[in-house]
Amino acid sequence: MSSNGWAAIPEPPPAATREAYGPALVKLAEAGHDIVALDADLSASTGGNKLAASFPERWFTVGAAEQNMISIAAGLASTGKTVYAASFAVFMPGHCFDQIRVQIAQQRMNVKLIASHGGISVGEDGASAQAIEDLALMTSLPGMNVVVPSDAVEADWAIRRAAEDDEPWYIRLGRPKLPIIHLGVDEPRFELGRAEVIYLEDDVTLIACGLMVEPTMRAAESLAQEGIGARVLNMATIKPLDEAEVIRAAEETGAIVCAEEHNVIGGLGSAVARTLARHCPVPMEQVGIEDRFGQSGPWQALLSEYGLTAESVVEAAKRAIARK
Amino acid sequence: MTTTHASTVDIDALLEVCKRIRRHIVEMTHAAQSGHPGGSLSATEIFAALYFGGVVRHDPSNPLWERRDRVILSKGHATPVVYATLAEAGYFDAELIPSFRSLGTELQGHVVRNRPAGVEMSGGALGMGLSFAVGVALGHDLDDVPEDEGQIFVVVGDGELNEGQNWEAIMSASHFGLPRITAIVDRNHFQNDGPGDEIMRIDPVGDKWAAFGWSVQHVDGHDVEAVRDALLTARACTDAPQVVICETVKGRGVSFMAENPAGWHGKGPSDEQLAQALREIDGGLT
Repeated sequence: MSSNGWAAIPEPPPAATREAYGPALVKLAEAGHDIVALDADLSASTGGNKLAASFPERWFTVGAAEQNMISIAAGLASTGKTVYAASFAVFMPGHCFDQIRVQIAQQRMNVKLIASHGGISVGEDGASAQAIEDLALMTSLPGMNVVVPSDAVEADWAIRRAAEDDEPWYIRLGRPKLPIIHLGVDEPRFELGRAEVIYLEDDVTLIACGLMVEPTMRAAESLAQEGIGARVLNMATIKPLDEAEVIRAAEETGAIVCAEEHNVIGGLGSAVARTLARHCPVPMEQVGIEDRFGQSGPWQALLSEYGLTAESVVEAAKRAIARK
Repeated sequence: MTTTHASTVDIDALLEVCKRIRRHIVEMTHAAQSGHPGGSLSATEIFAALYFGGVVRHDPSNPLWERRDRVILSKGHATPVVYATLAEAGYFDAELIPSFRSLGTELQGHVVRNRPAGVEMSGGALGMGLSFAVGVALGHDLDDVPEDEGQIFVVVGDGELNEGQNWEAIMSASHFGLPRITAIVDRNHFQNDGPGDEIMRIDPVGDKWAAFGWSVQHVDGHDVEAVRDALLTARACTDAPQVVICETVKGRGVSFMAENPAGWHGKGPSDEQLAQALREIDGGLT
């Protein structure tokens, strides 16, 4: 199969997407960006404390008060700052959706929301700590850019790219250490609103975001061994969705699978389905959390329990192809 | 044009401004047959003192002037008093006022940032203004804006203090040490469902702010000279955030609204009621 310049299965030292945040902030400050970063008593986990160590005047913690943090972020942005606000995805947007809606989205403030610990891969902390609905909330806000990086390298690209405009962003990061699929890629491949084409085949298209990109690549390699050519798109931007690439994939492959660590309602799959329904209806299958809450457990065991695996993507691909 | 810190502002002129603001409030809620007259009439002297009493540094011809003070309406439903004041101050043509709440208007039901120019923050969801002010103050401190510039005045409702986010913000303003911020409580004792003391008691409200590290003043919120003096005192304070608790009457200046404040939280007067209201307003506060 054509690999488009990709290593077959990467074997780098793994890293969590959240680990990109602190170093990215420091790089932005060192480059002279007028940034301010806010945390809400979770700075060691988000990595915001790394900015505090080197640029203490540019970092504030508001304590465990996410609503206050978001409105403070809006006020800071109104004075011309580029503001990053970080917490866990269950608390931001969970605790402060109204503040994000009125003060960040409606006012179109230059605030980048960095939501760490997204999805069920948080692991042992269980259902209350596992955000499975954050993408639904954030994609429903007019003007909000919503991004889910696939590895720590892409997370670094996206976090720093966000500082280049004055729009509101939501970037979802994760807790577990993942393989680096962009190992050794020097030029940023992240473009807001653009899919990254990983494999360009024509039997079926697999569209994934976040930690489902790497297993989706493995699913494509497994399908290839059965003679099925799978196109793979890394859809790091959920909104604005790369509709042109989705339509092209539907026209050229005739079957779509979406894979995400989110409720199947309201995330990547919903966004793609909306595009397909309007422009190019083809069979589509979803790999995601089937409308139920999470629970405690090791994160890899949770991914298996909830069907977020390469094997699930392979099965979904075969179902989609059979419906052509 | 910028205002000055003039303690010599003519009080008779301020009283006339209050009448004009009140006229606009009842006329626009009458035109829209909706809106929030009660909590606008209670805040009339507060807004007159801010904009016409020499308290706020601002420039209607340059609304985004970098060295301006900011007035933030946290009780974001009280748009009639804001639009009336901004029109009187010259931010927009008063002929726009009857378009209040109509399709396509700049004058939305709840405040929208920069619509019209002079509105500093979008609101309507209660409890966010003080937090926003904390962010503005932190930004000004980072930019080394002098202490006597970039002051921030936040008008909050007493019912609004039910919202927990206020207390997060009150705690953080003293924690961060932000004397640029002056909160103004429109203490009109009524909220949407009825008397505040019955819905959710907030007394001793001044003691609560003081316990959070704020400097507290109490004032008759319908004595425009006293309100002006309290705001100037707060403006000059450089060692703590300040709150001015303005004792007010919901619907003040219109007898049938003041006598039934819960009934006039969110509706507009009829033709006959408008005529009576305008007669009473022209007579001045008694």
